[in-house]
Amino acid sequence: MNAQPTVEQRIDNLINYTLHLADSNLILAQRNGEWCAHGPILEQDIAITNLTLDQIGQARNFYQYAALLLNENGHRPAATEDSLANLRTEREFKNLLITELPIGDWAQTILRQFFYSHYQLGLYEQLQKSSDSQMAAIAEKSVKETKYHVKWSSDWVLRLGDGTAESRERMLKALELLWQYTGEMFVPVGYEMGMGINFEQLKADWEQQVFAVLDTATLLEDDQASKLNTVFMQLGGKNGVHTEQMGFILAELQYLQRTYPGANW
Amino acid sequence: MAEEEAVWKILETVPDPEVPVLSVLDLGIVRDVKCELPSASHPNGMVHITITPTYSGCPAMDAISMDIRLKMMEEGYANVKIISVLSPAWTTDWMTETGKQKLAAYGIAPPAHSKQEGAPVVCPQCQSPNTKLLSQFGSTACKALYQCNDCNEPFDHFKCH
Repeated sequence: MNAQPTVEQRIDNLINYTLHLADSNLILAQRNGEWCAHGPILEQDIAITNLTLDQIGQARNFYQYAALLLNENGHRPAATEDSLANLRTEREFKNLLITELPIGDWAQTILRQFFYSHYQLGLYEQLQKSSDSQMAAIAEKSVKETKYHVKWSSDWVLRLGDGTAESRERMLKALELLWQYTGEMFVPVGYEMGMGINFEQLKADWEQQVFAVLDTATLLEDDQASKLNTVFMQLGGKNGVHTEQMGFILAELQYLQRTYPGANW
Repeated sequence: MAEEEAVWKILETVPDPEVPVLSVLDLGIVRDVKCELPSASHPNGMVHITITPTYSGCPAMDAISMDIRLKMMEEGYANVKIISVLSPAWTTDWMTETGKQKLAAYGIAPPAHSKQEGAPVVCPQCQSPNTKLLSQFGSTACKALYQCNDCNEPFDHFKCH
Protein backbone atom coordinates (compact mmCIF):
# COMPACT_ATOMS: atom_id res chain seq x y z
CA MET A 1 0.00 0.00 0.00
CA ASN A 2 1.29 3.44 -0.95
CA ALA A 3 1.91 6.02 1.71
CA GLN A 4 -0.02 9.28 1.31
CA PRO A 5 2.06 11.81 -0.66
CA THR A 6 3.53 14.63 1.39
CA VAL A 7 2.55 18.24 0.74
CA GLU A 8 5.88 18.75 -1.07
CA GLN A 9 5.23 15.75 -3.31
CA ARG A 10 1.75 16.98 -4.12
CA ILE A 11 3.06 20.40 -5.15
CA ASP A 12 5.84 18.77 -7.15
CA ASN A 13 3.31 16.59 -8.95
CA LEU A 14 1.11 19.58 -9.72
CA ILE A 15 4.07 21.52 -11.15
CA ASN A 16 5.14 18.57 -13.31
CA TYR A 17 1.60 17.96 -14.46
CA THR A 18 1.12 21.63 -15.38
CA LEU A 19 4.39 21.56 -17.32
CA HIS A 20 3.31 18.37 -19.11
CA LEU A 21 0.11 20.06 -20.31
CA ALA A 22 2.01 23.20 -21.32
CA ASP A 23 4.73 21.26 -23.16
CA SER A 24 2.31 19.17 -25.23
CA ASN A 25 0.55 22.33 -26.38
CA LEU A 26 3.76 24.21 -27.12
CA ILE A 27 5.46 21.42 -29.06
CA LEU A 28 2.40 20.66 -31.18
CA ALA A 29 1.96 24.39 -31.82
CA GLN A 30 5.61 24.61 -32.90
CA ARG A 31 5.00 21.72 -35.31
CA ASN A 32 1.72 23.08 -36.69
CA GLY A 33 3.32 26.49 -37.12
CA GLU A 34 5.47 24.90 -39.86
CA TRP A 35 2.35 25.06 -42.04
CA CYS A 36 2.29 28.85 -41.89
CA ALA A 37 2.32 30.03 -45.54
CA HIS A 38 2.52 26.36 -46.69
CA GLY A 39 -1.11 25.26 -46.20
CA PRO A 40 -2.82 23.42 -49.07
CA ILE A 41 -5.19 26.37 -49.60
CA LEU A 42 -5.33 29.81 -48.03
CA GLU A 43 -8.37 29.14 -45.80
CA GLN A 44 -6.77 26.04 -44.31
CA ASP A 45 -3.44 27.78 -43.86
CA ILE A 46 -5.36 30.33 -41.77
CA ALA A 47 -7.31 27.61 -39.97
CA ILE A 48 -4.29 25.62 -38.79
CA THR A 49 -2.40 28.72 -37.71
CA ASN A 50 -5.45 30.02 -35.83
CA LEU A 51 -5.71 26.70 -34.06
CA THR A 52 -1.99 26.90 -33.31
CA LEU A 53 -2.52 30.28 -31.74
CA ASP A 54 -5.12 28.78 -29.38
CA GLN A 55 -2.59 26.12 -28.41
CA ILE A 56 0.14 28.68 -27.73
CA GLY A 57 -2.35 30.63 -25.60
CA GLN A 58 -3.21 27.51 -23.62
CA ALA A 59 0.50 26.68 -23.25
CA ARG A 60 1.12 30.20 -21.93
CA ASN A 61 -1.65 29.85 -19.34
CA PHE A 62 -0.13 26.59 -18.08
CA TYR A 63 3.46 27.92 -18.13
CA GLN A 64 2.43 31.04 -16.21
CA TYR A 65 0.76 28.86 -13.61
CA ALA A 66 3.78 26.53 -13.40
CA ALA A 67 6.08 29.55 -12.98
CA LEU A 68 3.87 30.90 -10.18
CA LEU A 69 3.92 27.55 -8.36
CA LEU A 70 7.68 27.17 -8.81
CA ASN A 71 8.41 30.67 -7.54
CA GLU A 72 6.05 30.32 -4.57
CA ASN A 73 8.04 27.24 -3.63
CA GLY A 74 11.39 28.94 -3.67
CA HIS A 75 12.59 28.36 -7.24
CA ARG A 76 15.57 30.65 -7.92
CA PRO A 77 16.25 32.34 -10.26
CA ALA A 78 12.56 33.04 -10.64
CA ALA A 79 10.91 31.04 -13.42
CA THR A 80 8.84 32.77 -16.12
CA GLU A 81 6.69 31.41 -18.93
CA ASP A 82 9.57 32.26 -21.27
CA SER A 83 12.30 30.58 -19.25
CA LEU A 84 10.20 27.43 -18.97
CA ALA A 85 9.67 27.29 -22.75
CA ASN A 86 13.11 28.42 -23.85
CA LEU A 87 15.62 27.25 -21.28
CA ARG A 88 14.68 23.71 -20.29
CA THR A 89 16.46 20.74 -21.85
CA GLU A 90 15.02 17.84 -23.83
CA ARG A 91 14.82 15.48 -20.83
CA GLU A 92 12.90 18.13 -18.88
CA PHE A 93 10.17 18.40 -21.52
CA LYS A 94 7.14 16.25 -20.71
CA ASN A 95 5.11 16.51 -23.92
CA LEU A 96 3.39 13.50 -25.45
CA LEU A 97 5.49 11.81 -28.14
CA ILE A 98 2.72 12.27 -30.70
CA THR A 99 3.10 16.06 -30.51
CA GLU A 100 6.75 16.02 -31.58
CA LEU A 101 6.41 13.86 -34.71
CA PRO A 102 7.01 15.65 -38.02
CA ILE A 103 4.05 17.30 -39.75
CA GLY A 104 4.41 14.86 -42.68
CA ASP A 105 1.75 15.50 -45.31
CA TRP A 106 -1.64 17.15 -44.73
CA ALA A 107 -3.19 13.75 -43.89
CA GLN A 108 -0.62 13.14 -41.14
CA THR A 109 -1.08 16.64 -39.71
CA ILE A 110 -4.89 16.31 -39.74
CA LEU A 111 -4.98 12.85 -38.20
CA ARG A 112 -2.57 13.82 -35.41
CA GLN A 113 -4.66 16.93 -34.64
CA PHE A 114 -7.82 14.82 -34.67
CA PHE A 115 -6.40 12.30 -32.15
CA TYR A 116 -4.96 15.04 -29.97
CA SER A 117 -7.95 17.41 -29.97
CA HIS A 118 -10.38 14.62 -29.07
CA TYR A 119 -8.09 13.63 -26.20
CA GLN A 120 -7.64 17.24 -25.11
CA LEU A 121 -11.36 17.98 -25.08
CA GLY A 122 -12.07 14.96 -22.86
CA LEU A 123 -9.21 15.92 -20.58
CA TYR A 124 -10.26 19.56 -20.26
CA GLU A 125 -13.85 18.54 -19.55
CA GLN A 126 -12.58 16.53 -16.60
CA LEU A 127 -10.10 19.21 -15.48
CA GLN A 128 -12.87 21.83 -15.38
CA LYS A 129 -13.98 20.06 -12.20
CA SER A 130 -10.48 20.02 -10.71
CA SER A 131 -10.22 21.00 -7.04
CA ASP A 132 -7.34 23.27 -8.11
CA SER A 133 -9.15 26.46 -9.10
CA GLN A 134 -6.52 27.79 -11.54
CA MET A 135 -6.30 24.43 -13.33
CA ALA A 136 -10.10 24.41 -13.55
CA ALA A 137 -10.16 27.98 -14.91
CA ILE A 138 -7.59 27.27 -17.65
CA ALA A 139 -9.52 24.12 -18.62
CA GLU A 140 -12.84 25.97 -18.69
CA LYS A 141 -11.33 28.57 -21.01
CA SER A 142 -9.70 25.94 -23.26
CA VAL A 143 -12.74 23.67 -23.65
CA LYS A 144 -14.50 26.19 -25.85
CA GLU A 145 -11.52 26.57 -28.18
CA THR A 146 -10.85 22.84 -28.35
CA LYS A 147 -14.41 22.16 -29.50
CA TYR A 148 -13.59 24.02 -32.73
CA HIS A 149 -10.42 21.98 -33.13
CA VAL A 150 -12.38 18.74 -32.74
CA LYS A 151 -14.96 19.82 -35.30
CA TRP A 152 -12.44 21.09 -37.82
CA SER A 153 -10.13 18.06 -37.64
CA SER A 154 -13.06 15.60 -37.68
CA ASP A 155 -14.47 17.25 -40.82
CA TRP A 156 -11.09 16.85 -42.50
CA VAL A 157 -10.72 13.19 -41.44
CA LEU A 158 -14.07 12.52 -43.14
CA ARG A 159 -13.18 14.50 -46.23
CA LEU A 160 -9.79 12.83 -46.71
CA GLY A 161 -10.74 9.30 -45.60
CA ASP A 162 -13.84 9.20 -47.75
CA GLY A 163 -12.32 11.37 -50.49
CA THR A 164 -10.17 10.28 -53.43
CA ALA A 165 -8.16 7.06 -53.66
CA GLU A 166 -5.04 9.16 -53.08
CA SER A 167 -6.33 10.96 -49.98
CA ARG A 168 -7.62 7.69 -48.51
CA GLU A 169 -4.28 5.98 -49.13
CA ARG A 170 -2.47 8.82 -47.36
CA MET A 171 -4.86 8.67 -44.40
CA LEU A 172 -4.28 4.93 -44.03
CA LYS A 173 -0.53 5.52 -44.06
CA ALA A 174 -0.90 8.24 -41.43
CA LEU A 175 -3.06 5.91 -39.32
CA GLU A 176 -0.39 3.22 -39.47
CA LEU A 177 2.29 5.66 -38.34
CA LEU A 178 0.38 7.59 -35.66
CA TRP A 179 -1.70 4.96 -33.91
CA GLN A 180 1.24 3.59 -31.90
CA TYR A 181 1.64 7.03 -30.28
CA THR A 182 -1.96 7.36 -29.07
CA GLY A 183 -1.67 4.91 -26.15
CA GLU A 184 0.54 7.28 -24.17
CA MET A 185 -2.38 9.67 -23.63
CA PHE A 186 -4.10 7.16 -21.37
CA VAL A 187 -1.21 5.62 -19.41
CA PRO A 188 -0.67 7.83 -16.35
CA VAL A 189 2.82 8.45 -14.99
CA GLY A 190 3.71 9.21 -11.38
CA TYR A 191 2.94 12.92 -11.31
CA GLU A 192 -0.50 12.43 -12.86
CA MET A 193 -1.74 10.52 -9.83
CA GLY A 194 -3.94 12.66 -7.66
CA MET A 195 -4.79 15.14 -10.44
CA GLY A 196 -8.39 13.94 -10.46
CA ILE A 197 -8.27 12.43 -13.96
CA ASN A 198 -10.24 9.28 -14.66
CA PHE A 199 -7.99 7.77 -17.35
CA GLU A 200 -10.24 4.78 -18.02
CA GLN A 201 -13.16 7.08 -18.75
CA LEU A 202 -10.95 9.35 -20.85
CA LYS A 203 -9.80 6.40 -22.95
CA ALA A 204 -13.27 4.88 -23.35
CA ASP A 205 -14.79 8.20 -24.48
CA TRP A 206 -11.88 8.90 -26.83
CA GLU A 207 -12.04 5.47 -28.46
CA GLN A 208 -15.78 5.70 -28.93
CA GLN A 209 -15.62 9.13 -30.59
CA VAL A 210 -12.50 8.47 -32.65
CA PHE A 211 -13.66 5.09 -33.95
CA ALA A 212 -17.07 6.53 -34.91
CA VAL A 213 -15.44 9.17 -37.14
CA LEU A 214 -12.82 6.79 -38.57
CA ASP A 215 -15.59 4.35 -39.40
CA THR A 216 -17.66 6.98 -41.24
CA ALA A 217 -14.49 8.03 -43.03
CA THR A 218 -14.21 4.41 -44.33
CA LEU A 219 -10.86 3.98 -42.63
CA LEU A 220 -11.85 0.93 -40.59
CA GLU A 221 -12.56 -1.48 -43.44
CA ASP A 222 -10.81 -4.89 -43.66
CA ASP A 223 -11.00 -5.44 -39.91
CA GLN A 224 -8.74 -2.44 -39.31
CA ALA A 225 -10.16 -1.83 -35.81
CA SER A 226 -9.03 -5.17 -34.42
CA LYS A 227 -5.60 -4.71 -36.05
CA LEU A 228 -5.28 -1.36 -34.26
CA ASN A 229 -6.10 -3.00 -30.95
CA THR A 230 -2.97 -5.18 -31.17
CA VAL A 231 -0.50 -2.37 -31.94
CA PHE A 232 2.38 -1.94 -29.48
CA MET A 233 2.16 1.52 -27.90
CA GLN A 234 5.17 3.86 -27.59
CA LEU A 235 5.63 5.53 -24.21
CA GLY A 236 8.16 7.90 -22.65
CA GLY A 237 7.40 11.50 -23.55
CA LYS A 238 5.61 12.28 -20.28
CA ASN A 239 8.78 11.28 -18.43
CA GLY A 240 11.14 13.16 -20.73
CA VAL A 241 12.22 10.23 -22.91
CA HIS A 242 11.67 11.49 -26.43
CA THR A 243 12.01 10.46 -30.07
CA GLU A 244 14.98 11.58 -32.17
CA GLN A 245 12.79 14.47 -33.42
CA MET A 246 12.77 16.37 -30.15
CA GLY A 247 16.31 17.75 -30.18
CA PHE A 248 15.75 19.31 -33.60
CA ILE A 249 12.53 21.00 -32.48
CA LEU A 250 14.16 22.50 -29.40
CA ALA A 251 17.21 23.60 -31.41
CA GLU A 252 14.91 25.69 -33.58
CA LEU A 253 12.49 26.77 -30.84
CA GLN A 254 15.16 27.79 -28.33
CA TYR A 255 17.84 29.03 -30.71
CA LEU A 256 17.30 32.73 -30.11
CA GLN A 257 17.27 32.67 -26.30
CA ARG A 258 20.22 30.25 -26.20
CA THR A 259 22.29 32.41 -28.54
CA TYR A 260 21.28 35.82 -27.19
CA PRO A 261 20.28 35.19 -23.56
CA GLY A 262 17.53 37.53 -22.38
CA ALA A 263 16.94 39.06 -25.83
CA ASN A 264 13.60 40.83 -26.09
CA TRP A 265 11.86 43.45 -28.19
CA MET B 1 -19.41 54.66 -6.62
CA ALA B 2 -19.16 57.89 -8.61
CA GLU B 3 -15.42 57.24 -9.01
CA GLU B 4 -16.09 53.82 -10.51
CA GLU B 5 -18.75 55.19 -12.84
CA ALA B 6 -16.20 57.68 -14.12
CA VAL B 7 -13.79 54.83 -14.87
CA TRP B 8 -16.47 52.86 -16.72
CA LYS B 9 -17.11 56.01 -18.81
CA ILE B 10 -13.41 56.20 -19.72
CA LEU B 11 -13.33 52.52 -20.66
CA GLU B 12 -16.16 53.18 -23.09
CA THR B 13 -13.65 55.14 -25.18
CA VAL B 14 -10.97 52.41 -25.35
CA PRO B 15 -11.34 50.61 -28.71
CA ASP B 16 -10.64 46.98 -29.45
CA PRO B 17 -7.39 47.00 -31.51
CA GLU B 18 -8.63 44.36 -34.00
CA VAL B 19 -12.20 45.62 -34.44
CA PRO B 20 -11.88 49.33 -33.65
CA VAL B 21 -15.61 50.06 -33.94
CA LEU B 22 -16.06 48.13 -30.69
CA SER B 23 -15.03 49.46 -27.32
CA VAL B 24 -13.64 47.08 -24.71
CA LEU B 25 -17.02 47.45 -22.97
CA ASP B 26 -18.96 46.48 -26.12
CA LEU B 27 -16.78 43.38 -26.29
CA GLY B 28 -17.70 42.42 -22.73
CA ILE B 29 -14.15 41.78 -21.55
CA VAL B 30 -14.13 44.22 -18.62
CA ARG B 31 -15.47 42.25 -15.70
CA ASP B 32 -15.02 44.63 -12.77
CA VAL B 33 -13.82 48.07 -11.72
CA LYS B 34 -12.89 48.93 -8.13
CA CYS B 35 -11.47 52.20 -6.89
CA GLU B 36 -9.36 51.99 -3.76
CA LEU B 37 -9.31 55.08 -1.61
CA PRO B 38 -6.01 56.86 -0.93
CA SER B 39 -3.97 55.08 1.75
CA ALA B 40 -0.49 55.18 3.22
CA SER B 41 0.87 52.83 0.55
CA HIS B 42 -1.07 54.49 -2.30
CA PRO B 43 -1.52 58.16 -1.43
CA ASN B 44 -3.37 58.74 -4.71
CA GLY B 45 -5.56 55.67 -4.46
CA MET B 46 -5.53 52.74 -6.86
CA VAL B 47 -7.90 51.59 -9.60
CA HIS B 48 -8.32 47.83 -10.09
CA ILE B 49 -9.65 46.83 -13.50
CA THR B 50 -10.43 43.16 -14.08
CA ILE B 51 -10.45 41.91 -17.65
CA THR B 52 -10.86 38.46 -19.21
CA PRO B 53 -9.34 37.25 -22.49
CA THR B 54 -11.56 36.44 -25.48
CA TYR B 55 -9.39 33.53 -26.67
CA SER B 56 -6.38 32.06 -24.78
CA GLY B 57 -3.99 33.01 -27.57
CA CYS B 58 -5.54 36.31 -28.61
CA PRO B 59 -2.59 38.59 -29.38
CA ALA B 60 -4.82 41.65 -28.88
CA MET B 61 -5.02 41.09 -25.11
CA ASP B 62 -1.60 42.59 -24.35
CA ALA B 63 -2.43 45.56 -26.57
CA ILE B 64 -5.79 45.98 -24.80
CA SER B 65 -4.15 46.06 -21.33
CA MET B 66 -1.68 48.64 -22.60
CA ASP B 67 -4.40 50.75 -24.24
CA ILE B 68 -6.46 50.76 -21.04
CA ARG B 69 -3.43 51.80 -19.00
CA LEU B 70 -2.51 54.59 -21.42
CA LYS B 71 -6.07 55.94 -21.58
CA MET B 72 -6.32 55.92 -17.79
CA MET B 73 -3.02 57.82 -17.53
CA GLU B 74 -4.28 60.33 -20.05
CA GLU B 75 -7.29 60.86 -17.78
CA GLY B 76 -5.06 61.38 -14.76
CA TYR B 77 -5.09 57.93 -13.16
CA ALA B 78 -1.46 57.02 -12.49
CA ASN B 79 -2.06 53.98 -10.29
CA VAL B 80 -3.94 51.37 -12.26
CA LYS B 81 -3.79 47.65 -11.67
CA ILE B 82 -5.07 45.44 -14.51
CA ILE B 83 -5.97 41.94 -13.43
CA SER B 84 -6.65 39.18 -15.94
CA VAL B 85 -9.00 36.36 -14.92
CA LEU B 86 -9.90 33.22 -16.89
CA SER B 87 -13.06 32.10 -15.10
CA PRO B 88 -15.91 32.51 -15.81
CA ALA B 89 -14.75 32.10 -19.41
CA TRP B 90 -15.62 34.95 -21.78
CA THR B 91 -18.66 34.42 -23.98
CA THR B 92 -20.03 36.46 -26.87
CA ASP B 93 -23.25 36.64 -24.81
CA TRP B 94 -21.47 39.40 -22.87
CA MET B 95 -21.20 41.54 -25.99
CA THR B 96 -23.57 44.51 -25.76
CA GLU B 97 -26.51 44.98 -28.15
CA THR B 98 -25.03 48.25 -29.39
CA GLY B 99 -21.75 46.38 -29.94
CA LYS B 100 -23.55 43.84 -32.13
CA GLN B 101 -25.20 46.63 -34.13
CA LYS B 102 -21.84 48.37 -34.60
CA LEU B 103 -20.31 45.10 -35.83
CA ALA B 104 -23.05 44.59 -38.43
CA ALA B 105 -22.68 48.20 -39.64
CA TYR B 106 -18.91 47.60 -39.92
CA GLY B 107 -19.51 44.57 -42.21
CA ILE B 108 -18.99 41.79 -39.68
CA ALA B 109 -21.98 39.52 -38.98
CA PRO B 110 -22.45 39.62 -35.18
CA PRO B 111 -22.65 36.46 -33.03
CA ALA B 112 -26.05 35.03 -32.19
CA HIS B 113 -26.90 34.51 -28.52
CA SER B 114 -25.65 31.08 -27.45
CA LYS B 115 -29.26 29.97 -26.98
CA GLN B 116 -29.85 30.61 -30.69
CA GLU B 117 -26.64 28.95 -31.86
CA GLY B 118 -27.21 27.44 -35.29
CA ALA B 119 -29.54 30.24 -36.40
CA PRO B 120 -28.73 31.41 -39.97
CA VAL B 121 -25.89 33.91 -40.25
CA VAL B 122 -27.26 37.02 -41.94
CA CYS B 123 -25.22 38.80 -44.62
CA PRO B 124 -24.19 42.21 -43.25
CA GLN B 125 -24.30 43.67 -46.80
CA CYS B 126 -27.73 42.65 -48.11
CA GLN B 127 -29.36 41.16 -44.96
CA SER B 128 -29.99 37.82 -46.71
CA PRO B 129 -30.05 34.79 -44.40
CA ASN B 130 -29.04 32.63 -47.39
CA THR B 131 -25.30 32.34 -46.63
CA LYS B 132 -22.67 29.59 -46.48
CA LEU B 133 -19.65 28.84 -44.31
CA LEU B 134 -16.37 29.03 -46.25
CA SER B 135 -14.01 28.37 -43.35
CA GLN B 136 -14.46 27.91 -39.61
CA PHE B 137 -11.39 30.08 -39.04
CA GLY B 138 -11.23 33.62 -40.41
CA SER B 139 -8.91 36.60 -40.22
CA THR B 140 -8.69 36.35 -36.41
CA ALA B 141 -9.37 33.53 -33.95
CA CYS B 142 -12.77 34.99 -33.05
CA LYS B 143 -14.11 35.05 -36.63
CA ALA B 144 -15.25 32.57 -39.29
CA LEU B 145 -15.38 33.23 -43.03
CA TYR B 146 -18.79 33.22 -44.75
CA GLN B 147 -20.16 34.05 -48.17
CA CYS B 148 -23.59 35.33 -49.13
CA ASN B 149 -25.40 33.14 -51.68
CA ASP B 150 -27.48 36.10 -52.88
CA CYS B 151 -25.05 39.02 -53.23
CA ASN B 152 -21.96 36.73 -53.40
CA GLU B 153 -20.05 38.96 -51.02
CA PRO B 154 -17.65 37.14 -48.67
CA PHE B 155 -17.75 38.41 -45.07
CA ASP B 156 -16.46 37.74 -41.55
CA HIS B 157 -18.75 36.33 -38.89
CA PHE B 158 -17.92 36.93 -35.23
CA LYS B 159 -18.29 33.38 -33.92
CA CYS B 160 -20.68 32.52 -31.14
CA HIS B 161 -18.30 31.54 -28.34
